[in-house]
Amino acid sequence: MSTSTVPADNSFQLSQLWRDARYRSYTIQIIALILALSVVMMLISNAVENLEALGKDFNFGFLFEPAGYGIDQVLVEYTASSEHWKAALVGLLNTLLVAFLACLAATVIGVFVGVLRLSNNWVVSRLMAVYIEGVRNVPLLLQILAWYAIFIHVFPKPKQAEPILGGALVATNRGFYIPGFTYEGAYLAVVAVFLASIAGIFIFRSWAKKRQEDTGQILPVGLYSLGLLIVPTALVYFIAGMPIGLEFPTLKGFNYVGGTKAGTPLIALWFALSIYSAAFVAEIVRAGIMAISKGQSEAAYALGLRPQRTMSLVVLPQSLRIIIPPMISNYLNITKNSSLAIAVGYMDLTGTLGGITLNQTGREMECMLLLMATYLVISLSISGVMNYYNESVKLKGR
Amino acid sequence: MSETNFAFVATSEKPQLPPPQGTTGAVGWVRENLFSSPLNTILTLLSLFVVYSTIPGVVNWAFVNSVWNANSLDECRALTENGACWAVIRERYHQFLFGFYPSELYWRPLLAFGLLFVALVPALWDGMPKRSVALIGSMAYPFVAFWLIWGGLGLEPVSSTKLGGLLLTMIIGVSGISFSLPIGIVLALSRSSNLPIVKSLAVIFIEFIRGVPLITLLFVAHVLLNYFLPKGVNFDIVLRVVIMVTLFASAYMAEVIRGGLAALPKGQYEAADALGLGYWQSMRLIILPQAMKISIPGIVNTFIGLFKDTTLVLIIGLMDPLGLVAPTLADQRWNGIYVELYAFIAFMFFIFCFAMSRYSMYLERKLHTGHR
Amino acid sequence: MKKMILPVALGAAFAATSLSAATAGTLEDVQERGTLRCAVSTGLAGFSYTDENGKWQGFDVDYCRAVAAAVLGDADAVEFSPTTGKTRFTALASGEVDILSRNTTWTYSRDADLKFTFLGVNYYDGQGFMVKKSLGVTSAKELDGATVCIQTGTTTELNLSDYFTAQGMSYEPLSIETNTEGRANYLADACDVYTTDASGLAASRATFENAADHIILPEIISKEPLGPLVRHGDDQWADIGRWVLNAMKIAEEKGITAANADDMAATSQDPEVKRLLGASGEMGAAIGLDNNFALVAIKAVGNYGESFERHLGTQTKVNLARGLNASWTEGGLQYAPPFR
Repeated sequence: MSTSTVPADNSFQLSQLWRDARYRSYTIQIIALILALSVVMMLISNAVENLEALGKDFNFGFLFEPAGYGIDQVLVEYTASSEHWKAALVGLLNTLLVAFLACLAATVIGVFVGVLRLSNNWVVSRLMAVYIEGVRNVPLLLQILAWYAIFIHVFPKPKQAEPILGGALVATNRGFYIPGFTYEGAYLAVVAVFLASIAGIFIFRSWAKKRQEDTGQILPVGLYSLGLLIVPTALVYFIAGMPIGLEFPTLKGFNYVGGTKAGTPLIALWFALSIYSAAFVAEIVRAGIMAISKGQSEAAYALGLRPQRTMSLVVLPQSLRIIIPPMISNYLNITKNSSLAIAVGYMDLTGTLGGITLNQTGREMECMLLLMATYLVISLSISGVMNYYNESVKLKGR
Repeated sequence: MSETNFAFVATSEKPQLPPPQGTTGAVGWVRENLFSSPLNTILTLLSLFVVYSTIPGVVNWAFVNSVWNANSLDECRALTENGACWAVIRERYHQFLFGFYPSELYWRPLLAFGLLFVALVPALWDGMPKRSVALIGSMAYPFVAFWLIWGGLGLEPVSSTKLGGLLLTMIIGVSGISFSLPIGIVLALSRSSNLPIVKSLAVIFIEFIRGVPLITLLFVAHVLLNYFLPKGVNFDIVLRVVIMVTLFASAYMAEVIRGGLAALPKGQYEAADALGLGYWQSMRLIILPQAMKISIPGIVNTFIGLFKDTTLVLIIGLMDPLGLVAPTLADQRWNGIYVELYAFIAFMFFIFCFAMSRYSMYLERKLHTGHR
Repeated sequence: MKKMILPVALGAAFAATSLSAATAGTLEDVQERGTLRCAVSTGLAGFSYTDENGKWQGFDVDYCRAVAAAVLGDADAVEFSPTTGKTRFTALASGEVDILSRNTTWTYSRDADLKFTFLGVNYYDGQGFMVKKSLGVTSAKELDGATVCIQTGTTTELNLSDYFTAQGMSYEPLSIETNTEGRANYLADACDVYTTDASGLAASRATFENAADHIILPEIISKEPLGPLVRHGDDQWADIGRWVLNAMKIAEEKGITAANADDMAATSQDPEVKRLLGASGEMGAAIGLDNNFALVAIKAVGNYGESFERHLGTQTKVNLARGLNASWTEGGLQYAPPFR
């Protein structure tokens, strides 16, 4: 900044705190810190005082009391007599489940739509524009409610539902049922071998690549990988006496039982989240592809690269650098938006910990703190991944 | 050269023949654009099939077979088999627009709504004469609107519990939008400043707000905020929601603007320093105008997101348009009419959000002056 | 940075207008404000719903109006806050409303743990099950494996799991937020059974197109005494709420109706009637109200029986018999302590 023409003298005046650029930054910072701290202190002391006035204490003991409510969609063992923390865990897993499924589906649909949106085909590109604009400009909550209403009214009730795809899928208005695995005997051995062969494939691939670079010989990697994936697992499976079986859903009493159930709330939420977020993904993909100047691919052609290699070696790496950061923050949004599950009764973290548990125990402060902290951890981990990625692909120099 | 007999010599230029039929005009365009390859043909046919199988059904349902005059769903169903029953909208549209606001006072929110556009003119129309004077007038708008809607000072007071429908959406949306921008700018400047404490405070705030879903913040507004306030201080629920929505949007706004600040070439900062401008001067005159220009699409997207997110207030029991669906369905006469209600609400939101997104595209094009 | 002034100033303006007196009792707050803030259900036929003019109606709503009439002399000086099963307690606990009148079950933990004071029982209820006739179920014991629509944040949720556990049966819960959603899900066969308070079932069934296709199973699996409630710690306010409710019940015992209340006050020789209607004694002053507070309340909404018949009774679509809720003089449970 500006250099003073007056020689610095040592006498310090109070007004320098504000007028002198050397001290001003300290003054501002200390004032900001004091302000922030006093606001936080005030909030905490108010909370303590108010809780005391209401005769409420602050402890997390309630988490170890029986929850007393049932949950339909669970990934871990849970009954109504399980504790509240277990209900919260069920909720957390449900949040992660629907978020993961929605991220996956939104990416697939979104990339597809984004590419079609850029197509020269006028009808297709218009249709995709209508989809993107129509979905983006309507509140997600409304879409979730609407999809839920559609699902419960359009699909048949269990007693009228017909299994399709040879019994592999039963679509009812209470949810979709698919066959589930049954485990017995030495099933762990089969799982272990399967995981080991996946690891083996990765090792094999890197070895094959190194070999190709060293000697120029090309191995049929795809074929070998497939063999590595199937053969050992199948061998162990039959040697161990087929310990893993398939269980098909069957109609028993009121509902289908057996197999794996994805309840209508989950399906509707998944659909709504995927279709809504896919519109954003499509725009991200479109922007990413359009941002790569035509000269890049022309230059690649001039170097004699074939179109496929141009795409994979020149265009894609550059557009991915543009696409991936907003994509990850889109995934973050999906995770946070999954909290709207509460509107259709899908028991995610907000529905259990921030909903029923909060209500049955009256522990607003504790439940909300836990709830927000959990979401914060999820979000910060995702943005940690993003920052790491950004750092690693950053354009160096400039 | 002796004279040679040529059969024909052109003495003037011949008029150009039109290109072969099938490469121009409608046919050519269709060939080029719709049927250029087998894949393209399949896509086109598929799209046409989608259009064919949805549009007539929707048009029939929404317009041809719809019913506007009926007193209950049963009457509607008696009149039409597969048409929309817009009679419910006709009967209750005022609720969807104004909630339970006293009907004799509808002129007040309407006037506030009208004034919104008057206030927006100086902000949106940059060629306006005496713009800076008008802008100060625009800044008084929130106070005027607040007075018009809630009353007091000579107007009959109206309580917050009477607010609902699109009116509530507009209140939350507009105040969220107008307050989150300045707060977002301050947060963005703090986060990109070189004062470590100020910077980390801004980072903590922004990351915290962005890390949790809006719905948990609304729960806090609904459930916990009273614990954090001194005894006896009691904010109105609508105000609490506005505060939370504003905080939420300003964290996102801050990140959008920070993106704009980061995208400016370093030379701009250095040039401002070289001119001897102080921090605020350089920000106001050099950095922010350029950074804001870059961030406009992001800012408008945040606005659109905020506007859509206002529907979440239904989860804490406020009667926004979506929240009014339940009481309408609870009326025995309209039990089971959800499709029409959802369609109507979706249409309302679409109009507002679509208009905003078009405006942002227009701005983007207009401001695209070949920067960088 | 002129813009920064705006939110700060506006925030301050808001804060100033909404600062209420720090330690005054609820009664003073209400009188100062001029309106009663009352939390009701977002929509339950017969109990609370909005008519096409946006006016709240119903049995629970009537009670709010009666309290407003007694405290403020104006039955319309009520701000209704619609709440869901989940938001109701926080609304009351946070001081957002003065009284909660939303078919809420009186339980030990709500009284002691959530720190609320129940003012009495305005509807004796029990949790029941409703199924479609076509299902062929005649008893709740045949419901093993059924999908059950259940409102979250209610006692019914806990009763349901207790009942099925005790019977050694399993069920699949479908959690819903409001009665409206519950009905929609049940009608669409997203669940086999809808369970809630029997009155709620009847109210819902009343709105169905073919009410006769649905039956309410004979089992009542819980006691659900429903009543209005207030926060702990303001006994005067609790007394007001309690005695407005009791006054409505006594009025029915004594045959006082909205129409004849003035006459009764002037001509009745029954000492309890005279005390109740403020014609003798200084009864109202003890709870900080006018002597004729009960008279005003009864004139506004009628006695307990009138309100019941108007919104829930056999003449309405909800079609509930008085049953347990008949006055004790008719063999029911509605029994108000004496007004003396």
